[in-house]
Amino acid sequence: MSNIVIKVENLSKAYQLGQIGTGTISRDVERFFITKVLGKEDPFLKIGETNDRSTKGTSDIVWSLKDINFEINKGDAVGIIGKNGAGKSTLLKLLSRITGPTAGSIKVKGRIASLLEVGTGFHPELSGKENIYLNGAILGMRKKEITQKLDEIIDFSGVERYIDTPVKRYSSGMYVRLAFAVAAHLESEILVVDEVLAVGDAEFQKKCLGKMSEISRGEGRTVLFVSHNMSAVKSLCNKAMVLENGMLKYQGAVEESIAVYSKNFEESLAQNAKHYNVQHKINCFEVGVFLHNKKIFPNATLLLGDKITIQLQFQALESIFDLSIAMDILNIHEELVAHVTNEDDGMYFSKVEKNESFNLEITTRELLFSPGIYSINIWFGVGQQETLYTIKNAFNFVLEQSDYTKRTKAIPQQSKVYLHTNWLQK
Amino acid sequence: MLQNNDSNWDLVIKGRTSLFDIKFKDVWAYRDLLFMFVKRDFVSFYKQTVLGPLWFFIQPIFTTLVFTFVFGNLANISSDGTPHQLFYLTGITAWNYFSDCLTKTSTVFKDNAGIFGKVYFPRLIMPLSIVVSNLVRFGVQLVLLLLMMIYFALFPVENASFYITHAIWFFPFLVLLMALLGLGLGLIITAITTKYKDLTFLVTFGVQLLMYGTTIIYPLSYINTSYKKYIELNPMTPIVECFRYAFLGKGEFSVYSITYSVVVSLIILFFGIVIFNKTEKNFVDTI
Repeated sequence: MSNIVIKVENLSKAYQLGQIGTGTISRDVERFFITKVLGKEDPFLKIGETNDRSTKGTSDIVWSLKDINFEINKGDAVGIIGKNGAGKSTLLKLLSRITGPTAGSIKVKGRIASLLEVGTGFHPELSGKENIYLNGAILGMRKKEITQKLDEIIDFSGVERYIDTPVKRYSSGMYVRLAFAVAAHLESEILVVDEVLAVGDAEFQKKCLGKMSEISRGEGRTVLFVSHNMSAVKSLCNKAMVLENGMLKYQGAVEESIAVYSKNFEESLAQNAKHYNVQHKINCFEVGVFLHNKKIFPNATLLLGDKITIQLQFQALESIFDLSIAMDILNIHEELVAHVTNEDDGMYFSKVEKNESFNLEITTRELLFSPGIYSINIWFGVGQQETLYTIKNAFNFVLEQSDYTKRTKAIPQQSKVYLHTNWLQK
Repeated sequence: MLQNNDSNWDLVIKGRTSLFDIKFKDVWAYRDLLFMFVKRDFVSFYKQTVLGPLWFFIQPIFTTLVFTFVFGNLANISSDGTPHQLFYLTGITAWNYFSDCLTKTSTVFKDNAGIFGKVYFPRLIMPLSIVVSNLVRFGVQLVLLLLMMIYFALFPVENASFYITHAIWFFPFLVLLMALLGLGLGLIITAITTKYKDLTFLVTFGVQLLMYGTTIIYPLSYINTSYKKYIELNPMTPIVECFRYAFLGKGEFSVYSITYSVVVSLIILFFGIVIFNKTEKNFVDTI
């Protein structure tokens, strides 16, 4: 008797790019004629196009997933990681039967439930209790099952007092708690979870993570978890797979997979640095990043609390008055988390001569952002206004939780920075 | 090794499946959800309005008044010897149910793209729940019809009479038939509109025109021209005629014409389910 509960074979999914709608009738007819009448291969599904968003392909069809093969054993908690566009969401959609594969198959043993969103189908006019029933039924529970677990669900959600109030009166936090409580009590053998945990407050998130590891470890159920949050994946999963451009890049133990992913990520990010010389008055020819006096660029996995030095070598092509340099640090959502400028440390470039060259070192204090993925943009300008030269994604790094903090659980994803505190009992 | 045998697996998801691979078992497993949706529809409709279920009365009353004035008084179209108001109201009640089923199921994919894109359940549950939900409205309108019938029984009008016939036993069957026909057409339309949106525009006025092609404002017996055979081609005609015969004792239908309706409805429903089933697998990608 084998322990395999999910078996995926040659799974592929193609998407059509561009406009869908106009002109498709003629194409559909053509397609029908070629595939069904002549019995030939579909000419619109050209083989070999991978899903690389940055380069323009030759065909309108893109393979979001291509020839994926894997098996998952009973009781495993498998993290699915990969950068945006790697095919994680597509894989989830296929596993949850929201859309069908173009080719290949998925075989499943046992009931499969997926959580791509919490609170799907919640109706604002219905009470909390009615929504538990509705949402539970949508997720595939029988009414009887829900009734049996009703007390437990209400208890887990912590919104007992409002359970007969329409959910439109709920705060967003309560809403999410209730929704997750329903999902957490699903009795399916396999649970597929998207990054729905990125909601709710830290305390509740911890509770959810706890509940999920309880599900996979305690009850021997299988969990598939898609996330950008490496620490969540690490704490929840024992195995992981890395997707890249729609293909399965690596599959194995969680630590190795994350290492592969990070390396992957760094490599692909390093190529992304883009220099824009707006006015041709200055040229930045070297960006270096050092950690403990060792050059780390372009490989960059940093730990919470690391100090880095960024080295900029540039030359003025014309004389510039009041040159200013700024550095933006953005998180994965392209939100600005830090803005640094030469004025911060009292350094000024009031007059820069033509052909004068510089070797500048910017050293940070401890990096205390929340663990995650960050990119640094560098900006050269005049008087903090006029742009001369910019480098987008000059340096990208993954910041991982370290023993800088003694906590064992992950720092919640919504927290933007890590505030170091001293605790003292008097 | 039996590993490659599909029967070892509870669920096999494949790219290409047979057209007729319809998972009725799944639909049955999710039957509780169907009733949750019905309840949701009813409660949400009821909660958002001031007059609540009274709205169900208003539309047929006003339509009946207008029809009585325009077609009864001005155009002087026969009502087959039954009171005009009752004649129109029976037609409207039946037609409303059919057209509600049709128009609401015809936008199932569009209206539920959000929920369909996030969670799997047998998609057929949604249109089925619409058909059942509409029964509530139909039931309320039926009460209105019965009230009107009582009124006209107590205060009869000159030269007009009506009586309930034994055909009333066929009533559930007629309702089922209307539901299946409306559902079938709706399923076909919603499946096609995921790709070709143009059809959406056709539905609204198409249903309205179809009403004039059904014996709602005139009795079938009134038509003696060559148009009659086209009106008879409409599968709704025998249903409405039989419905009216059941309640008012007037109507022109035969076993033959009813059988015709049943056959057409079943064929349309069959195609509807097949095309809907085919579309549901990938519609998220195109809508």
